[in-house]
Amino acid sequence: MAPSGTRGAAIDIRAVSKRYGNFAALDNVSLHIEPGEFMTLLGPSGSGKTTTLNVIAGFTEVSSGALEVGGRSVVGVPAHKRNIGVVFQHYALFPHMTVARNVAYPLGLRGISGAERERRVNKALDMVKMVDFGHRYPSELSGGQQQRVALARATVFDPPLLLMDEPLGALDKKLREWLQLEIKRIHRELGTTFVYVTHDQEEALVLSDRIAVFNQGRIEQIGTGRELYDEPATLFVGKFIGDSTILRGPAATSGGETALDIGGQKVATAGRLANGGTPVMLLRPEKLALARPGATAENGRNRLSGRVGEAIYLGSGSKYEVVLADGSKAIVRSGLDAESFAIGEEVDLLFSGGDAKLLADDATADLTLT
Amino acid sequence: MKLPSRILLGLFCLLVAVWLVAPTFVVVPMSFNEKKSLAFPPDGFSWQWYHNFFTNTDWSSSFFSSLKVATVTALVATVLGTLAAFGLDRMKSRASGVLRALLITPMVVPGVVLAVGIYAVYLDTHLVGTMTGFVLAHTMLAIPFVIIAVSASLEVFDRRLEVAATSLGASRLTAFRTVTLPLIAPGMLSGLLFAFVTSFDEIIVALFITSPYLKTLPVQIYSSITRDADPTVAAVGTILFLVTSLVIGAGLIIGSRQGRR
Repeated sequence: MAPSGTRGAAIDIRAVSKRYGNFAALDNVSLHIEPGEFMTLLGPSGSGKTTTLNVIAGFTEVSSGALEVGGRSVVGVPAHKRNIGVVFQHYALFPHMTVARNVAYPLGLRGISGAERERRVNKALDMVKMVDFGHRYPSELSGGQQQRVALARATVFDPPLLLMDEPLGALDKKLREWLQLEIKRIHRELGTTFVYVTHDQEEALVLSDRIAVFNQGRIEQIGTGRELYDEPATLFVGKFIGDSTILRGPAATSGGETALDIGGQKVATAGRLANGGTPVMLLRPEKLALARPGATAENGRNRLSGRVGEAIYLGSGSKYEVVLADGSKAIVRSGLDAESFAIGEEVDLLFSGGDAKLLADDATADLTLT
Repeated sequence: MKLPSRILLGLFCLLVAVWLVAPTFVVVPMSFNEKKSLAFPPDGFSWQWYHNFFTNTDWSSSFFSSLKVATVTALVATVLGTLAAFGLDRMKSRASGVLRALLITPMVVPGVVLAVGIYAVYLDTHLVGTMTGFVLAHTMLAIPFVIIAVSASLEVFDRRLEVAATSLGASRLTAFRTVTLPLIAPGMLSGLLFAFVTSFDEIIVALFITSPYLKTLPVQIYSSITRDADPTVAAVGTILFLVTSLVIGAGLIIGSRQGRR
């Protein structure tokens, strides 16, 4: 066991595949996780994120590829010898043991007994603020309390790596948000490497140092939340992280510029697709502006006419859904001081070409979004 | 519901209840009969048939034989039945359904058919009238009850708990011992009780494979009642009724305690 202080283990996943017959649950996945990093595996269900977690934990063996934890290959090492903490979505507390005995369980297996065991159980329960519940049975606790106990149990033996599989998936929103902050605090306190699986992009943005976006058994992109939001590498990533507007239409490339025809109106941006494919434009809600038809705008801005389909007041501003001439929908967010528009009103949608992200169209980006 | 129909329903339920338990309760007063006859209602009152049960070696030795056979049978059947139920539960193949049906057959095949088969084999192998013979035959009859009881427990057992135990450092065997076993224990206990009772009051096979040297209690009861109307039978019946009620009651209490967690 690593001494405290240098507790986080690096993880190196190289070209790992997992096949079930003809179906590839993981298709040539490579991922490096730094010691002490909070890495989130994000993706829709069936995208391979949980399979990746199970492979690291040792619940599933890889079909091919290399897997190292803390610089040591763990391919073929059974799960119980990997010394990795795991927190499950359904808590998985032992119902026949009290909270204290649940937390002591991994210590007992490691031959730690007596006062030392008691001290560490107390310390772990203290970390999750559950010290007073040691004598209770899991069935006497709420979901949030059970998950905190599970967290104490998964960290009490000082594993260099903690895996969490949608741990907040079964909890309501308020509790989830509070526990996200608790998990962040515990990550800071322990210095352990955290690998967190979720399908909730907001949760991923709140928690992670970096996020790996999974789709159909592959990693689409790895980066910080900001990188994924500002510079999505694929249409799938762009749609999965945050709100977005996708503009599709017949494309024309001339010189260094790509133009799309949206229901008879042209929009253009500098650059062209490097690897071919049908170009589409992705725009973030705050990069779009609304104006009354005919109102003057800055030069060089793209202009599309549409109609307000939905107007939502958010307190900190407003959110509009605008139906464009070709029937597609744009999502616009405006600040408090911006002009306001009513549902049904004719508007012009404005954006600078430089704010449009040019990406290759991908039909699976829509299908797999759940 | 209207009042008259409610009274009718109550009466009907009472009738069914009496019908179900009356034979049992008839035995109790008969056991205190003063005369040597199995008459109902009984004549007078005495403890002599209870005294006879404890002093007559025919009765006490058959009682202890039954106790011995049933105890060993219950233990062996519980171990084998639990292993079988666990294996069937973890089998991925569709053959598990067929196997399960096969393992349950002793419960549905007519007892006489089994008894004839067992007797034929035991004659050749000199197992008639032996402890081993009784335990073998009764274990076969008791295993289905254990499989059914333990399977029901495994049905509601959350296998993810074993995965969790593994992640905490437990080998598969340790996970089974510390997590699975305690959680399916109520099912095993009820299987054990069923197995015990199955063996303890088994008569058909026992009649075939009995010998003057090894006689179980049901055989002794049967031969006694065909020979003469000895009210000791009623006394034995009353004792058995009391003991089994206590055992099953205890089992139910333990079961409900576990269930509350």
